Amino acid sequence: MSTVLTMAMPKGRIFEEAVDLLRQAGYPLPPEFDESRKLIIDAPEAGLRFILAKPMDVPTYVEHGVADIGIAGKDVMLEEERDVYEVLDLKISECYLAVAGLPNGHDQRVAPKIASKYPNVASHYFREQGQQVEVIKLNGSIELAPLIGLADRIVDIVSTGRTLKENGLVELEKIADITSRLIVNPASYRLHAARINDLVERLRTLVESKEDVR
Amino acid sequence: MSKPFVFEKPAGMRDTLPAFYQNNEDIKNRIKQEMESWGYQFIQTPTLEYYDTVGEASAILDQQLFKLLDMEGKTLVLRPDMTAPIARVVSSSMKHVAYPLRLAYSSPVFRAQQREGGRPAEFEQVGIELIGEGTASAEAEALALMSEVFKKSEIASFTVAVGHIGFVQELLSDILGNDDRAGDLLRYLNEKNYVGYTSHVKMLPLSSIDTQRLLKLLDLRGGIEVLDEAFSLNPNRVGQQTLQELKDLYHLLEDYDAAQNIVFDFTLFSHMSYYTGIVFEGYGAGIGAPIASGGRYDDLLSRFDRKAPAIGFAIRMDYFVEALGKKKDDTKRQCILYTNERRKEALKLARNKRGEGKRVVMQNLSGVKNIDEFSKRFDDVHYLIGTQQGEDFS
Repeated sequence: MSTVLTMAMPKGRIFEEAVDLLRQAGYPLPPEFDESRKLIIDAPEAGLRFILAKPMDVPTYVEHGVADIGIAGKDVMLEEERDVYEVLDLKISECYLAVAGLPNGHDQRVAPKIASKYPNVASHYFREQGQQVEVIKLNGSIELAPLIGLADRIVDIVSTGRTLKENGLVELEKIADITSRLIVNPASYRLHAARINDLVERLRTLVESKEDVR
Repeated sequence: MSKPFVFEKPAGMRDTLPAFYQNNEDIKNRIKQEMESWGYQFIQTPTLEYYDTVGEASAILDQQLFKLLDMEGKTLVLRPDMTAPIARVVSSSMKHVAYPLRLAYSSPVFRAQQREGGRPAEFEQVGIELIGEGTASAEAEALALMSEVFKKSEIASFTVAVGHIGFVQELLSDILGNDDRAGDLLRYLNEKNYVGYTSHVKMLPLSSIDTQRLLKLLDLRGGIEVLDEAFSLNPNRVGQQTLQELKDLYHLLEDYDAAQNIVFDFTLFSHMSYYTGIVFEGYGAGIGAPIASGGRYDDLLSRFDRKAPAIGFAIRMDYFVEALGKKKDDTKRQCILYTNERRKEALKLARNKRGEGKRVVMQNLSGVKNIDEFSKRFDDVHYLIGTQQGEDFS
């Protein structure tokens, strides 16, 4: 019985990179997917179906089992804490989570305000540091917050550091390294064990061989 | 706070409408019959329990418990599972009934949803507990009964994964030499974070053989051959004994003709922290969560001062019904529409038909506004209308 595995992926760059990995792992995928507006893309030759979601939503689809597997950034995994297996580090889309703020900003407040797209990660991090903070949730352009006085510091992902620099912010503390992870629904992990194990192993071999080259 | 709209319900609470209710009842009754035919006796326990007894003993996260206060200010919980209440009953009301005990239940349990909707906060569980029996036969019986229920209901591509908490703990402590370091790794396994587990293992100052043993643990999933692979990890004596027991268990299941759908999976960890030995989960096509789960819990009863080994499992009715797919409601109902003059005749007809086991609605014609709309809901409508006597002319 050849079942189709449903794979939830973030739209955009990660999708491109992941599809490239799958091709290299031997999955017969068409050279390009031009249906850029489609949310569901079937790749019957490879026995795969992709659903394209917002990065933050990928673990939700996988937890509820409407997708068997997914590709999600570690940042999203930390923020969402979904009940899914995190089976493989794909080592793509590398970046890190960090605390940033104005260069000479001195927190005078008892509880400084922290703006972030990752409120759970931020509160968890500062609690671990034993610091009392107030977290404000924003959905994007986080760098604005300290510039116009909404927050004292921010927690966000940094890849090159250019956005921070251009906005006159400096990185203060690093929280965690981030890469994309292959995640699996717990029931699918057993029901489609053979197919999923095969996929994981093929990708693992590929990722490890790339590591060796570096 | 604004007042809720009339259609609003607390998060995760659901209504069950007639068609679904009937289907759910039918399926549930078949499951219950199977359990009864294996000699399990059904019991019922209160919806409310003390936080300090059942609340504490249950393995459900504190923030998932619905709590309220009684008149004296004591904290109560809506029962979050059935295993802890049954342990309480067995050690109190049934204290004098000798082990082993075979009990069953069919009850709603309550678990608050933290994050969002999409999952019910109240759902029905049907399950069994076999208490005071520590042998492999008890384990085989629980697994075989669960398989039998799945098989008889014809759940598509059902799979039962069997793991063993004790084996994993023992192997980790044996390799790492202390429980703290084993604890770190267990936490990763519990969180299903294999990436974290793998990189943590690689960081530990271990011989390459031991590193391989720890990494290989993640691959211990599959058929009976997995037990041999587990032997090759060179577990200590306790571990070897566990593996031998699992092998024996598999052969017992073969005798039950229940081994076909069993897979071994040493990465299986349950959310229920009271499990001590084997743990198992049942899956079916199309359902992204375990439909049934269970395991051995040899320490729970001692919390209620009647120490005993025990094993049990629970089936989640909502997932079980969903796995069986949508079924057309085929319960037939008939209606007798009558006028006052022919009430007696209508009563007699209804009594006869009900005696035959039919489901019959009696409706006075003058009580219905739209007769066409009303009669559409029935498979058969008898009209006993007007003054004329004789046969009904439906």
